Amino acid sequence: MVVQQTRHEVSVRNLCVRYGRREILSGINLDIREREICAIIGPANSGKTSFLRVLNRMDEFSPSMGFDGDVSIGGKSVRSWRNLCALRRRIGVVFPLPVGLPLSVYDNVAFCPRLAGMRKKADLDAVVERSLRRAALWDEVKDRLGELGSLLSGGQQQRLTIARALSQEPKLLSLDEFSIAIDPVTTMRIEDTLRELRDEVTIILVTNLVQQARRLADRTAFFLMGECLEIADTTELFDGEGKDERTRDYIGGRFG
Amino acid sequence: MFQATNLNRHNATTQRRVQIALMITTAAIILPALIIFAVLVEKGAPVISWGFLTEDPTDGMTSGGIFPALLGTVCLVAVALLASVPVGVAAAVYLSEYAPDNLLTRLINLAIINLAGVPSIVHALFGVGAFVLFFGFGTSILAAGLTLAVMTLPVVIVSTRESLQAVPWAFREACRSMGATKWQTILRIVLPNSLSGILTGVILEVSRTVGETAPIMFTGAAFFLPMLPQSVFDQTMAMSLHLFVISTQVPDVPDALPFGIALALIAMVLGMNAGSIALRMTLRTRKKW
Repeated sequence: MVVQQTRHEVSVRNLCVRYGRREILSGINLDIREREICAIIGPANSGKTSFLRVLNRMDEFSPSMGFDGDVSIGGKSVRSWRNLCALRRRIGVVFPLPVGLPLSVYDNVAFCPRLAGMRKKADLDAVVERSLRRAALWDEVKDRLGELGSLLSGGQQQRLTIARALSQEPKLLSLDEFSIAIDPVTTMRIEDTLRELRDEVTIILVTNLVQQARRLADRTAFFLMGECLEIADTTELFDGEGKDERTRDYIGGRFG
Repeated sequence: MFQATNLNRHNATTQRRVQIALMITTAAIILPALIIFAVLVEKGAPVISWGFLTEDPTDGMTSGGIFPALLGTVCLVAVALLASVPVGVAAAVYLSEYAPDNLLTRLINLAIINLAGVPSIVHALFGVGAFVLFFGFGTSILAAGLTLAVMTLPVVIVSTRESLQAVPWAFREACRSMGATKWQTILRIVLPNSLSGILTGVILEVSRTVGETAPIMFTGAAFFLPMLPQSVFDQTMAMSLHLFVISTQVPDVPDALPFGIALALIAMVLGMNAGSIALRMTLRTRKKW
């Protein structure tokens, strides 16, 4: 083993996740380096979303969900964060089905800064504009910031939730299928944003688009049936001779 | 070329028959209410005048107005609302948002539903025991209002809880995943979007409170008072009891008088409901999701 020089934003040891008696993830060991884009690919029901939900302790929201093992964010175990709100503010989350809160577009994006105590109109305006621009939504909504965020189109709501996640100025951005409701051109613009953000933020990206992982990610992990089969540099995983035949099959579209 | 088969025709006929049957049922529900209202208007309307609403009863309550009763009912409803809405909404928020889903919570929910079924005369006895005697409020507006509040609390709790639950769960999750506390989520997202439902509960409560007789007749409403109540610790007259007294206890009452009082009572309920519904409509004008 080579001694790791890079710091880890996320560090997962022996993570098992259960819903009631059903085990969704078993024995996951995974490190995500600071300021890298790490993609997680894998077929449905392989535990990708459950993995993300543990990171910001959203297991708390579903009574039947529980986990064993240890997960550290920024070097601190998620179990030892006394203040879960502080943990969640560090992590920006984008859900696969966009949830625009029933507030105006402006208030949706200003929600997190306000929670963090930002009150000055000028400051809020700046955050809202910057976040919406980064999410490639500003041009479409700049004249209708007062309209309800929950009545935007599906793709716009998706980008609204991305803007909302960015407004938190998170250290870790966790994106779950952010592009399912977005057209390819806009997806590209958001991917550009993610590349720019790489200098400041650690990004975990769950995606069903294998090519998206290839385009964006520094490293890619392959989840299958609740196990992390492989995590490697993206180029290595895609172009090199992967260690695991199942990974090669999935990437090559020969699965099942 | 499309030809209707026997099955198609049969389905279409059944559909029409069911529709007509449902329409008749609905009419059967509305018709009695309309007839009652029509009779009241026909027999009671001649009595109603500005003086009727603003003057004291005279001649041993066989003539004159109903002002003290009207004012008394307004006071009772106000006390009942002030007591039951904050408590009811708070309880509903706790049960819907905070309480864990366990046996105890389910028992509490069951108890609340059963509380709504307790006969009002039992509530009256409870009011006498608790507010009049134990807390020492005496027979007063306060004791009667609080008795009404206890009686209508389940309605407020149940309807508030339902409307809180109607706010999609995803909003709470999204909000909390951004680092909002439960309370911030409730205050900024859940409560504002369930306001119209909560108002519905309040409307129901008001309608019930205005008409109740049993719970107030032992706790604060009086047969007849020569003067208006000066504080919440005084007794008061009330519309519902006044109607009961006039139609059963007082001799030589002109026929139209009870109908007039009943009409005023119903108009009061309808008026309050119309006001609340208008308020609700303005809150609902924008569909939020």
